[in-house]
Amino acid sequence: MTDSKYFTTTKKGEIFELKAELNSDKKEKKKEAVKKVIASMTVGKDVSALFPDVVNCMQTDNLELKKLVYLYLMNYAKSQPDMAIMAVNTFVKDCEDPNPLIRALAVRTMGCIRVDKITEYLCEPLRKCLKDEDPYVRKTAAVCVAKLHDINAQLVEDQGFLDTLKDLISDSNPMVVANAVAALSEIAESHPNSNLLDLNPQSINKLLTALNECTEWGQIFILDCLANYTPRDDRESQSICERVTPRLSHANSAVVLSAVKVLMKFMEMLPKDLDYYGTLLKKLAPPLVTLLSAEPELQYVALRNINLIVQKRPEILKHEMKVFFVKYNDPIYIKLEKLDIMIRLASQANIAQVLAELKEYATEVDVDFVRKAVRAIGRCAIKVEQSAERCVSTLLDLIQTKVNYVVQEAIVVIKDIFRKYPNKYESVIATLCENLDSLDEPEARAAMIWIVGEYAERIDNADELLESFLEGFHDESTQVQLQLLTAIVKLFLKKPTETQELVQQVLSLATQDSDNPDLRDRGYIYWRLLSTDPVAAKEVVLAEKPLISEETDLIEPTLLDELICHIGTLASVYHKPPNAFVEGSRGVQHKRLPPRTGSNESPESPELAQPAAAQPVDQPPAVIPSQGDLLGDLLNLDLGPPTSGGTPAITSAMQMGAMDLLGGGLDSLVMQGGAGGRQETGFGGPAVMPSSLNAPVGGGLGDLFDLGSGVGMPTGSYVVPKTVWLPAMKAKGLEISGTFARRMGTIQMDVTFTNKAMQIMTDFAIQFNRNSFGLSPAAPLQLATPLSPNQTIEVSLPLSTVGPVMKMDPLNNLQVAVKNNIDVFYFSSLYPINILFVEDGKMERQVFLATWKDIPSDNEAQFQIKDCHLNSDAVSNKLQSNNIFTIAKRNVEGQDMLYQSMKLTNGIWILAELRIQPGSPNFTLSLKCRAPEISQFVLQSYEAVLKN
Amino acid sequence: MSASAVFILDMKGKVLISRNYKGDVDTTEIDHFLPLLMQQEEEGLTCPLLSRGKVHFLWIKHSNLYLVALTMKNSNASLVYSFLYKLVEVFTEYFKELEEESIQDNFVVVYELLDELMDFGFPQTTDSQILQEYITQEGNKLEVTKLRVPNTVTNAVSWRSEGIKYKKNEVFIDVIESVNLLVNANGNVLSSDIVGSVKLKVMLSGMPELRLGLNDRVLFGLTGRDKGKSVVMEDVKFHQCVRLSRFENDRTISFIPPDGDSELMSYRINAHVKPLIWIESVIEKFSHSRVEIMVKAKGQFKKQSVANSVQISVPVPSDVDSPRFKTSVGSAKYVPEKNVVIWTIKSFPGGKEFLMRAHFGLPSVDKDELEGRPPITVKFEIPYFTVSGIQVRYMKIIEKSGYQALPWVRYITQSGDYQLRTNS
Repeated sequence: MTDSKYFTTTKKGEIFELKAELNSDKKEKKKEAVKKVIASMTVGKDVSALFPDVVNCMQTDNLELKKLVYLYLMNYAKSQPDMAIMAVNTFVKDCEDPNPLIRALAVRTMGCIRVDKITEYLCEPLRKCLKDEDPYVRKTAAVCVAKLHDINAQLVEDQGFLDTLKDLISDSNPMVVANAVAALSEIAESHPNSNLLDLNPQSINKLLTALNECTEWGQIFILDCLANYTPRDDRESQSICERVTPRLSHANSAVVLSAVKVLMKFMEMLPKDLDYYGTLLKKLAPPLVTLLSAEPELQYVALRNINLIVQKRPEILKHEMKVFFVKYNDPIYIKLEKLDIMIRLASQANIAQVLAELKEYATEVDVDFVRKAVRAIGRCAIKVEQSAERCVSTLLDLIQTKVNYVVQEAIVVIKDIFRKYPNKYESVIATLCENLDSLDEPEARAAMIWIVGEYAERIDNADELLESFLEGFHDESTQVQLQLLTAIVKLFLKKPTETQELVQQVLSLATQDSDNPDLRDRGYIYWRLLSTDPVAAKEVVLAEKPLISEETDLIEPTLLDELICHIGTLASVYHKPPNAFVEGSRGVQHKRLPPRTGSNESPESPELAQPAAAQPVDQPPAVIPSQGDLLGDLLNLDLGPPTSGGTPAITSAMQMGAMDLLGGGLDSLVMQGGAGGRQETGFGGPAVMPSSLNAPVGGGLGDLFDLGSGVGMPTGSYVVPKTVWLPAMKAKGLEISGTFARRMGTIQMDVTFTNKAMQIMTDFAIQFNRNSFGLSPAAPLQLATPLSPNQTIEVSLPLSTVGPVMKMDPLNNLQVAVKNNIDVFYFSSLYPINILFVEDGKMERQVFLATWKDIPSDNEAQFQIKDCHLNSDAVSNKLQSNNIFTIAKRNVEGQDMLYQSMKLTNGIWILAELRIQPGSPNFTLSLKCRAPEISQFVLQSYEAVLKN
Repeated sequence: MSASAVFILDMKGKVLISRNYKGDVDTTEIDHFLPLLMQQEEEGLTCPLLSRGKVHFLWIKHSNLYLVALTMKNSNASLVYSFLYKLVEVFTEYFKELEEESIQDNFVVVYELLDELMDFGFPQTTDSQILQEYITQEGNKLEVTKLRVPNTVTNAVSWRSEGIKYKKNEVFIDVIESVNLLVNANGNVLSSDIVGSVKLKVMLSGMPELRLGLNDRVLFGLTGRDKGKSVVMEDVKFHQCVRLSRFENDRTISFIPPDGDSELMSYRINAHVKPLIWIESVIEKFSHSRVEIMVKAKGQFKKQSVANSVQISVPVPSDVDSPRFKTSVGSAKYVPEKNVVIWTIKSFPGGKEFLMRAHFGLPSVDKDELEGRPPITVKFEIPYFTVSGIQVRYMKIIEKSGYQALPWVRYITQSGDYQLRTNS
């Protein structure tokens, strides 16, 4: 006979009957009755009326009956607090029972009765149980302290239970230690400032010892507690890691994940050049991969955490792409997570495999999965430049399937691909246009409209296409309406003659017939722009768009660090900090990774120089600009044209957007005023405005001086001091020193001849060997007088670049022969490459952008310029004096990016991107040139110019 | 820290039994669980973690039951899921089957177990063998005075009780390797790995100390042995009885075993072995008329070995009819509820190649819904053989009474997740 019979009594008067049975003299009958009561309770019936009768059965030596009564008490004590007191005596008595099982049961149950009046009676039994000889009782009592604390914290503190609990951390029994740790952690969590878990090397050592002996659950408590500790130095950190790593071999996934948490956190303190650091990285991968063979729910938790780990330390799993391939029978939530991680791990090395998989997934039937797969293809294109072409053709194949949601998803990502690689894949527009009718989702419609507007000049019937959307303007979502408005304005600016009517129509729809403030405001802005200054409108609306970044969905670094401290918990699954979803945790401190103590900060490989990866934690790359930068930006805004409608934006993306608009506006304004002879300054115009509050004083002063020297006035190019080219020893007493300069568009060789011999020198002549840039004297060398002993004569020899050319090594090597009446002497000198920078080296912005894209990235060279204390405007000015022209300036995440160009006498262009972090003396210079071997010489010039 | 309350629900969302461990969550919150889940299912996005307001539901499904843990804190999610699976394991060992009926039939024991397994949200003793020593289904027969907490519960060796006696002391070791394989439609192996497991059936008296020796490459490296016949284990996981720090130090697998059946260890090997059974398939679909299937299976293992109970499942569209088969060996069967043809071969010797042809009719009208392209899956078992070449070199058994004990070893290789994608 099974227990199910107890569920079957549903007669009327049941309660009454049960009451009688409970009060029966027969033990057996009593127990049967209690079971029936519990059965009723289980199915949700209210049997609280039987409280006194059930409590009467409490005093029994039948363990099963006792447990059932206890269960009843836990359920109903709260609703019958006065009667619950009746049970106290028995509890107190049971706490002294000779059988530890009963003692533990009593103390465990008492803690679960959340009635204030009872708690005070609980104190004495609890105190005894905490010191019980039996570890089973002690481990139960330890948990009971946490229960009591939850009901009445003050009582627990007054009674000194917290100290007793702390003492249990040194208990000889591992299970007691584990439960004491769990209880303390629980209490500490609700009282963050209590400093309960005052962890020190001694207590940590005890925990690590218990770790080897307690149950799997105990190991998790201890590991989670360890994760809150901050080691004093890297040595302690390493020794803890060494003792935690064996846990990675535990069969329980939760133990593994908690161990991973401790390791990921403490690793932060290890110097990266330490051998052990590398060993640890290697040890982490296999257990993470094995987690993927666990039950799906545990896999899910693991995958969400791997997603964080991959962002924090991409090197751990970079070779494990295959394990994230989706299996047909994976639950959908696993598939979606795997896909996300696949994209994060995608690189040039594995892109072919990834794409083949994504293509396979994109033809599955599960809509959400397919959509995400299509999106993933787009993200691959943006992330791995080499794969862009293949991705685009895969997307086109998918569009051909005509599966509605596939087409829409593909169009959304193709828009992003266009933004990332302008002027490369526009040939596919025709194919996209064929699918216009099938688009019914706002995002896809908006993307398509954007494409039509952006490339209006290439699409013959762009006006018709946009007009067709306009018909149902009011039924569209805001996203589509806004996009349509912008697209038509773009179209108008590109083809003004045919589209006047259309633009008026959309402007009136947006401003007069819409009650959406965003739409209306945008409409008005366009309208006024178009009516007051079409040229400015063009500059604003058709302005260069900021590049879109590779990883748009990276978790913000400080949040990522916090989440790493919460590996395995709900926070790590939601990817949200705990205070976002846990009540009453507002005051709780955010967990942070410990600062690295090691000295060597150099990233291990260039790949790791990715954001978030190698950056030191205390200086995370700011996704949201810090206060100072924001102020700087605001200042810039204030200096902009008064018509600016830009309000201080909060996110950096918006900030950039606003900057861009204004930048364009400024540019056009300057161009407009160009008649005043300021053409040459171009974008350099606003450069004299102090742009950064962080600029060191020196830079600011420099700025002022620059300002004093007048806008647009060349301040003169930098000339290297003369050096000795030919010592007297080697040339029979003739010493030649000199330098090169560029003055008023002419290259000059400044030479000093000194006669250190005893005789007069006459009949000077000079000749150049063939050289890389065809430098040759434009005029014969003329020394006015013979050179007497100890006399010095200075000569400036004009040079031309039309001489014979031969590639030299190094490139800027010039071999010179000088003859006099005594002999012929040979020497060689190195000229700075900037003398070859011509005055018309300023590239058009459009051309610059196209050229930059066009030059293969292999040709790009990146350098660090150290110890340069100038702000970006001073830099711009200085360089411009040397014919290095700043074409555009942009502020990205608090850094100033200067885009510069220069042209050599032989017509070779060099493009540069100079990144300046306000307040940091180290600049990053990226150079792109079709003749990449020139880059290092350009760098030298940059350094020479900037540091002098 | 972990769960505030644990509920066991039937498929309609009705609470069968529950235990409120912490009292911070309103137990009526559970009524929202099933509606939330249904809503997610409608949107096609189920997730093992649901939330409503400040309450989070972590759930798993087992036969006709939902096991749900509730919390309002930033709980350790992996601990909660592990615990829920542990519940299933313990209940299954107690009641053979864990299902709606067994919960009702044993509700008293279930309550007792829930009380013992977790306290205030902290999992406690979850070893069912030890639990069975003091929580029994015949509880009513035992008087309080006789029943005591086994020392084992709180001992460092919490998985084995003292005083176990056997007349004949023996250990049975099963080395079982599962081969996971994923092949794309072009016949390229995308991923292949081996998940091995060493299972023990221990029938030993007293508190024996065991030491297991495998041909582990790292161990051979440490001891300077010839690495020729050794195996590289990518990741090893152990039962909690194994001393992990010892393994970390010198790769020794030493332990006091649990009594009876247990999984001592599992390992993963990322070996690029030849797929043991290779499938080539041609599935041709002629719309509105017929589907023709040709499947070739090849045993790519040693000629001396034989694969048993080979089952090759080939997916077919859901609307096929009038199946016809031709096989060179074994038998083929259409299983309409799974939309597959299952080709069964009782004994498949290594090196052999077999063929199956199937022919189906297709209706003249198209069906509405799109169908996925499930892969071909293969099941098999090859006894007396491990694909990785792993071997038990010795099992040393030392007990203070000094008895002689015999270890017995069996090897078997079987299919794990063995999938080959198809073109159609």
